[in-house]
Amino acid sequence: MIPAILFWFFSVVAVASGAAVFIVNSMARASYALAVSFIAVGAIIVQLHLDYIGVITILMMVMEMAIMAVFMVMYMGMNPALMPMDMTHHKHRSAIIAVAVFVILAGGALFIPWPARIGVPPGDVTASLGQALMGSKMLVMLTISPALFATIVAALVLANPRGRYDRLGDSLTRGGADKGTAPEDPIRGGLGR
Amino acid sequence: MDSTVTGALWALILPFGLAVAALLAAAGNAVLDSRARGLSATAGMVAPVRETARLLRQQRRTLPGADSLLWRIGGAGLAVAAVLKVLVIPFGNFTFADLPTGLVWFNAMDVLLWALWWLLGWGANSGWSLVGGYRFLAQALSYELPLMFALTAPAVGAGSLRLLDIQDAQDGLWFVVWMPAAFLVYAASVVAFSSWGPFQTATGRDAAGGVIAELSGVDRLLVLAGRYMVLVAGAAFAVPLFFGGGSGPWLPGSVWVIVKSLALVAVFITARRLFPTLRPERLAEIALVLVMPLVLIQVAVAAVIVVVNGGAL
Repeated sequence: MIPAILFWFFSVVAVASGAAVFIVNSMARASYALAVSFIAVGAIIVQLHLDYIGVITILMMVMEMAIMAVFMVMYMGMNPALMPMDMTHHKHRSAIIAVAVFVILAGGALFIPWPARIGVPPGDVTASLGQALMGSKMLVMLTISPALFATIVAALVLANPRGRYDRLGDSLTRGGADKGTAPEDPIRGGLGR
Repeated sequence: MDSTVTGALWALILPFGLAVAALLAAAGNAVLDSRARGLSATAGMVAPVRETARLLRQQRRTLPGADSLLWRIGGAGLAVAAVLKVLVIPFGNFTFADLPTGLVWFNAMDVLLWALWWLLGWGANSGWSLVGGYRFLAQALSYELPLMFALTAPAVGAGSLRLLDIQDAQDGLWFVVWMPAAFLVYAASVVAFSSWGPFQTATGRDAAGGVIAELSGVDRLLVLAGRYMVLVAGAAFAVPLFFGGGSGPWLPGSVWVIVKSLALVAVFITARRLFPTLRPERLAEIALVLVMPLVLIQVAVAAVIVVVNGGAL
């Protein structure tokens, strides 16, 4: 009984705050409405006894929305993000797509012949979910993820116009041993570089 | 009565206990302040109470165009986040909520502070507040990753994310002894997420108070009290992580947890006076170039010790 009430409560919060993202008139409110929606989803995941994944979802999503709000405010052209603004565009087409997707998904959920449960849930649901998702591909993922991460960092380092290659030259020696021009840097890093 | 119901009932006293601890911290801070200005210690001790009474009588103020909803959420949220953090701390063998992932829970609650401090800065519709909010996020980007890895070290030591397990794994030796770097990073992060001491730029005087610039009345009281509560919660959480939880002679475990927490709060209050304020953009390089490798080495050392020793020391 209580789990059912909690589930419905969190579901309604998740859907309602998800809808609020498009109804509110400020970027900050939209971002944090989305954060509330994700928190409710995280709580539902905890209800599935996937404690770790649920709490991590809340952690990551609050962090992401905090950063996203900054970017949303920053990238709105002519800065209407600081004024009340409409969160929707292409209204008719988006409405048609949204209704169609909802009908397909909801219809699928209602009409699919759900299989009967075989066996019982394992003791550690998180571990078995990890096994089911990753399983034999774990080694591949472990190899790929540092490579992906290194790519992101390298792209940022090269693209950043105020980064160290820009300031210190291609071999990071400007203003150093070669007696070149010191970087014209009004703000030095905390380590004095 | 089963333990869940008892825990829920006990949890009702938690906010009040945390508020009392926050008041003690504020009094201690005010005593040091008034001593430094050549006033009597008694004047300092009553200062937080007097300030509370003053703020309760003061009129609430708002600004044209303020996003009151987000502003008030940010203001009230600090205290709530602090209470939610203390919820998972074991007091001896008793804990309000025995989550199997208590450590991650704490981390999620401290990320909540990112949102709350920024909302406080944003909601006021004031330039100084906004500067404070952005300063906090910029600082958070620097302290959060080292903090996450510092939290990993005790979890590696105990082989568990459950705080009772982490506390019990320190029967032999407190984690602070063989994870000093992790503890230092953790302590610095607590100071940082409370916008305190050297990491107080979000509420800095150079920005007219930053996120607290426009707050008045009960809203200001909630934020100032909430900041002390977050500081106390961070100090209390270090006890099961690094200081053996409730272990200690003569006294019961719960008393030891409180004593150790208050001792750490005293350290934080002292530390405020020892270090100059650090600007977020300077912190970034220190945190990511110096502290991150340090804390990663700490986690690696802890992992090797656990593997060689077959468990915690």
